[in-house]
Amino acid sequence: MSRIGVFVCHCGENISATVNCEKVAKITGELKGVEFSTDYKYMCSYPGQTLIKEAIKEHKLDGVVVAACSPRMHEPTFRKACAEAGLNPFLCEMSNIREHCSWVHPKDDLTTEKAQDLVRVMVEKVKKNKALNSIKVPVTKTALVIGGGIAGIQAALDIANCGHKVIMVERQPSIGGHMSQLSETFPTLDCSQCILTPRMVEVAQHPNITLHTYSEVESVDGFIGNFKVKIRKRSKSIDEHLCTGCGLCTTKCPQKKIPNEFERGLGFRPAIYVPFPQAVPNKPVIDREHCTYYIKGKCKICEIVCPTKAIRFDQEDEVIDVAVGAIVMATGFDVLKTDYFPEYGYGKYADVIDGLAFERLASASGPTQGEIRRPSDGKIPKKIVFVACAGSRDPAKGIEYCSKICCMYTAKHAMLYKHKVHDGIPYVFYMDIRAGGKNYEEFVRRTIVEDETQYIRGRVSTIYEKNGKLIVKGADTLMGAQPVEIEADMVVLATAGVANHGAEELAQTVHISYDPYKFFAEAHPKLKPVETNTAGIFLAGACQAPKDIPESVAAASGAAVKVAALFSNDELTRDPLVAVVNRSAPPVYSQCVGCFLCQSVCPYQAIEREEIKNRNGEVIKTLARVNEGLCQGCGTCVALCRTKAIDIHGYSNQQVYTEIMALLND
Amino acid sequence: MQEFEPKIVAFVCNWCTYAGADLTGTSRIKYSANVKIIRFPCTGRIDFMILMKAFENGADGIIVSGCHPNDCHYSTGNFHARRRWIVFRNLLNFSGIDTERIQFSWVSAAEGFKWADVVNNTVKKIREIGPYENYNKIAVSTLFKEEGATNE
Ligand SMILES: Cc1cc2nc3c(=O)[nH]c(=O)nc-3n(C[C@H](O)[C@H](O)[C@H](O)COP(=O)(O)OP(=O)(O)OC[C@H]3O[C@@H](n4cnc5c(N)ncnc54)[C@H](O)[C@@H]3O)c2cc1C
Ligand code: SF4
Ligand code: SF4
Repeated sequence: MSRIGVFVCHCGENISATVNCEKVAKITGELKGVEFSTDYKYMCSYPGQTLIKEAIKEHKLDGVVVAACSPRMHEPTFRKACAEAGLNPFLCEMSNIREHCSWVHPKDDLTTEKAQDLVRVMVEKVKKNKALNSIKVPVTKTALVIGGGIAGIQAALDIANCGHKVIMVERQPSIGGHMSQLSETFPTLDCSQCILTPRMVEVAQHPNITLHTYSEVESVDGFIGNFKVKIRKRSKSIDEHLCTGCGLCTTKCPQKKIPNEFERGLGFRPAIYVPFPQAVPNKPVIDREHCTYYIKGKCKICEIVCPTKAIRFDQEDEVIDVAVGAIVMATGFDVLKTDYFPEYGYGKYADVIDGLAFERLASASGPTQGEIRRPSDGKIPKKIVFVACAGSRDPAKGIEYCSKICCMYTAKHAMLYKHKVHDGIPYVFYMDIRAGGKNYEEFVRRTIVEDETQYIRGRVSTIYEKNGKLIVKGADTLMGAQPVEIEADMVVLATAGVANHGAEELAQTVHISYDPYKFFAEAHPKLKPVETNTAGIFLAGACQAPKDIPESVAAASGAAVKVAALFSNDELTRDPLVAVVNRSAPPVYSQCVGCFLCQSVCPYQAIEREEIKNRNGEVIKTLARVNEGLCQGCGTCVALCRTKAIDIHGYSNQQVYTEIMALLND
Repeated sequence: MQEFEPKIVAFVCNWCTYAGADLTGTSRIKYSANVKIIRFPCTGRIDFMILMKAFENGADGIIVSGCHPNDCHYSTGNFHARRRWIVFRNLLNFSGIDTERIQFSWVSAAEGFKWADVVNNTVKKIREIGPYENYNKIAVSTLFKEEGATNE
């Protein structure tokens, strides 16, 4: 005979506004096996928890049902309270009468009845619950950071400085990300390279960090504390230990006209190249797609000139296995492609460029040494039109969100232009100016007032070329939608920030969720912004949504703290809601017939083969056994087992059937 | 005469649809109270004995909902669920069970609106089809009468 306690929470008025909580407590108190029932304003509060604890002791309860919010919110809270009162925490269940009831139904009898039904289900379930002990699993105190932009760099350094090992994987030949392409950064206009490159070097030299560039994550198995990761190190065609980074090869390579990605196509690079002078590591890679030797079978000039004989034409990709306890996603973002803007002639007219290309023009180390010269003829443009919200906030084009960084960098661009071309006239077409952030609004004001930038509120409809000028047509909505036409020498589009290419595939590889725009999804929009729904995997920077540098760095440090907290224990306790194969004590009997169907479907390789031997040591049968350290409790094996030999704690056949019966028979 | 109030059970996975239904609540989107949720770790856990148990106990309709393809928290559970359903649907049809009463859907943790739609559409549909009085007359039901093995 059970002695169950039912505790119905009002959640202030969140539940009691539509559900008659007193009635729910009273009616469910009459159920068979319920010893005690009550309702209270805030069950999760200190007095609420005390009430539960005291009732457990006073009424010698052997099961607890808390009817309140979602178990995804407070199950750990109430299980902990039960444990503190001496009741096994797995004898506590929650009925979700807030998210699944009071918030979604009107105030009427049906709603209160539904709440009663939900409580009854859990009362019956908890009768079938078993006292369980948490499972302890070891923690591998090494973190994997995927992506080496400013967010990845910050996270890696923070974790490494806490004394833990870090493995960083970056798919480009160098770390640095978008920040390495920027000229100066808002709102202080400090030089991006000057603040970034010291940190890149620190990553390379940190004794706790292992850096794999030109590499990608191929697979991730396992779970929090115990991930197994395969990393594909793409062949760089050089022996990194021998290469001194002298750069002789890059000057002799006959392929000189390959559009330079780092310069947004505004400059060229050879086939053996270092992406930019401050690259980390500062050693070249051979781009096999463009290398004469790989195309035509002869050349090898780099091999001839290399003083240390470091070139390796026959080098192959290498796949390495690493074990890590936590993963930080820091793969950043991308900007919309040229083909997205046919009406602006982006991709068609050389002088319609995007913001990143403008950064390269304005950068002292860029293709024009920091002079603003237009790509088509190298002339200094006297009028530039900057178009904000190019793609952003445009439901018709499929992107509803605000890219957040463009207002600020557009103001920065106009300002930098004016600083460099004093008689130039910058125009900005904008929808709204969003400059929330410390010193951000002041920065935009300076652009408008001190640098005399003409801000025009409205969208640009078309851009076309006429007599060597770019005709920009739009409307000024502050002047009653009056048409505006500007003859510009150059146009800069603040193209929307979008999820990085390959983000969706990567999310599927590491098993985290992503939003409809393919940005990685946080576990909770407010309270868990750097966690994902998958334990042990965290988010840093613009892979989650467009972010500027301060925000990316803050998120990265947040993620690093979560990793450090995880690594502060040698062992991790996990819910014991795992599968078990039934068996009796020796002589071993089990319903398991050894078909191992379960083994073939288990995503965690948690099913092992156990040989049962007789007294003479002969194998008489082979049974399935669940390694509970590996099992994550998905239950796929349970659904599949034809003899019902395998079952799962917390969602056992008996528990589930009981729930169904209780739900449907009042 | 009182309007028919269908009894509908929803079997949902913890990671996507349960969380999605939580979001429906947090967003205060209203839906019909006829649907009640039973939580599973993953749709991969849901076998057809479970669906039959629900009909046997008087359910007029069933919703099974989990993560979108490729988004399964446990990587492959939802694929197993789908594959199993394809095989099983024929068997159910053959046995005379009304497969129209079983609604499969994918609702992610971000799709609070979609959950409300799935619920409301299913309730509407079951209201139209009417109560499931036939189930217990169908001979196969006896096949499922024995209690599920309990082996904890
Ligand atoms: C035109 C422009 C101007 C800007 N100006 C400013 C400014 O003045 N001030 C400011 O605060 N912010 C500015 N920003 C925003 C700034 O660029 C971002 O905040 C910052 O780059 C975000 O850093 P991140 O590390 O999150 O992402 P990223 O910089 O995008 O870095 C991501 C890194 O991950 C790597 N990666 C991607 N996918 C994989 C994969 N699958 N495997 C391994 N590695 C991968 C990439 O190669 C890259 O190195 C500007 C942005 C733009 C577009
Ligand atoms: S940041 Fe400004 S320019 Fe960029 S999308 Fe938002 S409102 Fe538009
Ligand atoms: S429940 Fe079964 S299939 Fe799922 S992880 Fe555990 S042993 Fe593997």
